[in-house]
Amino acid sequence: MIQKSTTGGEKVIQCLEREGVEVVYGYSGGAAMPIFDALVDSKIKFVLVRHEQGATHMADGYARATGKPGVVLVTSGPGATNCVTGLLTALMDSVPMIVLTGQTITSMLGKDAFQEADVTGITYPVVKHSYLVKDAADIPRVMKEAFHIATTGRPGPVLIDLPKDVTQGPCTAPFVDTVNLPGYHVPGRADAVLLKKAAGLLMNSKKPVLYVGHGALISGAGKAIMKLAAKLGAPVVNTLLGKGACPEDHPLHQGMLGMHGTAYANRTVQHCDLIMAIGARWDDRITGKVSEFCRDAVKIHIDIDVAEFNKIIRPDVSIAADARLAIEDLIPLVGKIDTAGWLKEISGWRKQYPLKYAKKGGLRAQHVLERLDKLGGRDCIITTDVGQHQMWAAQFCLTTKHRYWLSSGGAGTMGFGFPSAIGAAMATGKPTWCVVGDGGFQMTMCEMATAVLQKVPVKILIINNRYLGMIRQWQELFFDNRISGADLEGNPDFVKLAAAYNIPGKRVTRAGDVDKAITWAMAYNKGPCLIEAEVVKEDNVFPMIPAGAPLSGMIIEKPRTKMDKPSGST
Amino acid sequence: MVSTVVPRGAKFELDPGKAPRRDIVTDIVSQPIHTLSLLVRNKPGVLVRVALVFSRRGYNLESLVVSAALSVAGIDAAPGDFSRMTITCSGEPDTLEQIIKQLVKLIDVVHAFDHTGQSAIECEVALVKLRAGLKERTEILQVAENFKAKVVDFGADSMILRCAGQTDKLDALIGLLKPFGITELVRSGKILMARGLDET
Repeated sequence: MIQKSTTGGEKVIQCLEREGVEVVYGYSGGAAMPIFDALVDSKIKFVLVRHEQGATHMADGYARATGKPGVVLVTSGPGATNCVTGLLTALMDSVPMIVLTGQTITSMLGKDAFQEADVTGITYPVVKHSYLVKDAADIPRVMKEAFHIATTGRPGPVLIDLPKDVTQGPCTAPFVDTVNLPGYHVPGRADAVLLKKAAGLLMNSKKPVLYVGHGALISGAGKAIMKLAAKLGAPVVNTLLGKGACPEDHPLHQGMLGMHGTAYANRTVQHCDLIMAIGARWDDRITGKVSEFCRDAVKIHIDIDVAEFNKIIRPDVSIAADARLAIEDLIPLVGKIDTAGWLKEISGWRKQYPLKYAKKGGLRAQHVLERLDKLGGRDCIITTDVGQHQMWAAQFCLTTKHRYWLSSGGAGTMGFGFPSAIGAAMATGKPTWCVVGDGGFQMTMCEMATAVLQKVPVKILIINNRYLGMIRQWQELFFDNRISGADLEGNPDFVKLAAAYNIPGKRVTRAGDVDKAITWAMAYNKGPCLIEAEVVKEDNVFPMIPAGAPLSGMIIEKPRTKMDKPSGST
Repeated sequence: MVSTVVPRGAKFELDPGKAPRRDIVTDIVSQPIHTLSLLVRNKPGVLVRVALVFSRRGYNLESLVVSAALSVAGIDAAPGDFSRMTITCSGEPDTLEQIIKQLVKLIDVVHAFDHTGQSAIECEVALVKLRAGLKERTEILQVAENFKAKVVDFGADSMILRCAGQTDKLDALIGLLKPFGITELVRSGKILMARGLDET
């Protein structure tokens, strides 16, 4: 009997199995067929999506919800290029992901073959690392290295380009268990001298604040941070991506800071005398005008990526370490500081500037999201798309559990919300709410088919204002209300559209109907369901710090005088 | 002086008799030049990734020389596993710090050192093609002798000189040759090595 040798494609699948991969999202095509053939005999579940962008966001949601790398398998040419947005989204938010792309046969590389694209060339700026495998013998080493790079240090997406002859031909190379990457170094524990210096600065401060970002969540540092905060008596604020690292309902927690953060969180940062960044990168959404950000405050930066030090601001102490390990080592070095006056000042701001919205004049998105938060939203995973609804969800839906908030921050990718919810629900089995706008939902709504087939308990909540709301808000505030490219005409009837996919749906038009709809959706876990909330057409997210303005330029409500165009980026 | 983006070589050829000096900040070079040496893994695409770090952030990459490294202390290296790159670039010190960090962040870059201002061995080669009839020949050869430049091509009305040495020596030579009429100039870019047993 002739022994069938392992093909390159089979080796790839076996390597995935060895890495503990249980599900792969993707879309087939000619160049990837040897790998697809190998999937037939594998126990890995393959999810056929309806657009490669959906596959990348599903893998992304899977990874954000579990910490395990999401895996994507697509074909060459247009299949691979459809992944570029998903790769950017994952890179900007440090999400571990492996993207396997088919490629034309090695002898046709660079000769404009059918469905050929220079994928490695196109994706250099949007991946943590990438490989083009030209020799099947490299497959085990490349797969091992790719998973190691994607999941360690600052996680990120890794792309592996696999030509068809490499995956179709034999692969006799043995599996490898170690990686040899002399150019790749991951910081571990913090330097003791720097920790002592940071502890000294903390003990000397009177108005400290802990600024928590995505790195703290990735590292699982939340518990340690709250222990530190309690020991010091320091308030905590988090970024959009840091939501879920620490419980937002804790008395010391002041909510989200930044461009659309709570007024009291921004005031806390504006008036602090020490700010410690834990896995956060001083993003422009947080700092506003950098030259005026925390000018007189001591700055401490704990980060696993040394390239983030001195990039935006110059900290007084930069600690290259895993966030959880650094905070755990810091706790014994500090004690209680007298922050009674500071905390009193902050609670004064909480009373003076609470999040508020008009209760009259039609159904408001803020009301819908507030009710979601009160009716069990905190026990569900919440994903969002991008726009006004995203900011309102961040403000009104408090995240109290680790990895329960999934939102595209760095890239701000519209279309992320729905597929990432599918990935998260598949990964955890937990009920998942995806809060999307009518704009973003339409970008990846073809994945309704995937959601139905996978029977995921995803509750699609469409905040439908028939506008690209955030754009309209900026045009109202800064461009003389000259609306351009923001009016979403021609929206479908989303409930009817969902019914076409056999997804049950409800429409909500009055504030009084909200509770009933949410309770209905909470109870429906047989598969996806949809709520279309028709909210007021024009509403604005406040507070707002216009791009490039200092924190003191925060607007609490719509200004009466005309405003200058913002100087910062988008 | 209004600064425009002009490739360095072209400006020399347009400006006879003016040899730019490194210690004077001129309109040609408005920011200090830094020299970096990188040890990289010899993998396909490493050059592109390094170049992208510069282009993405708009840093000015003046020259880049890369070739195989022979041995690497402390790492088991098979021949052809590693390459050394010498890069000269211009930028503010803050910018430079970011450049180096972004380069080191690349998986294929093992280390990147800034050797600016340190006493390291630096070398560059220039090939200069000159219009040289009977009249100018003697003078050109006198200049060449003083700079220890070698004649590698000798014709009835042209000559090619090859000169190796530090960047400012070559700049000076080229400045002195300009009045004779340089028809072509090719420079190799700087290579560098640390002194003693220090790591490059």
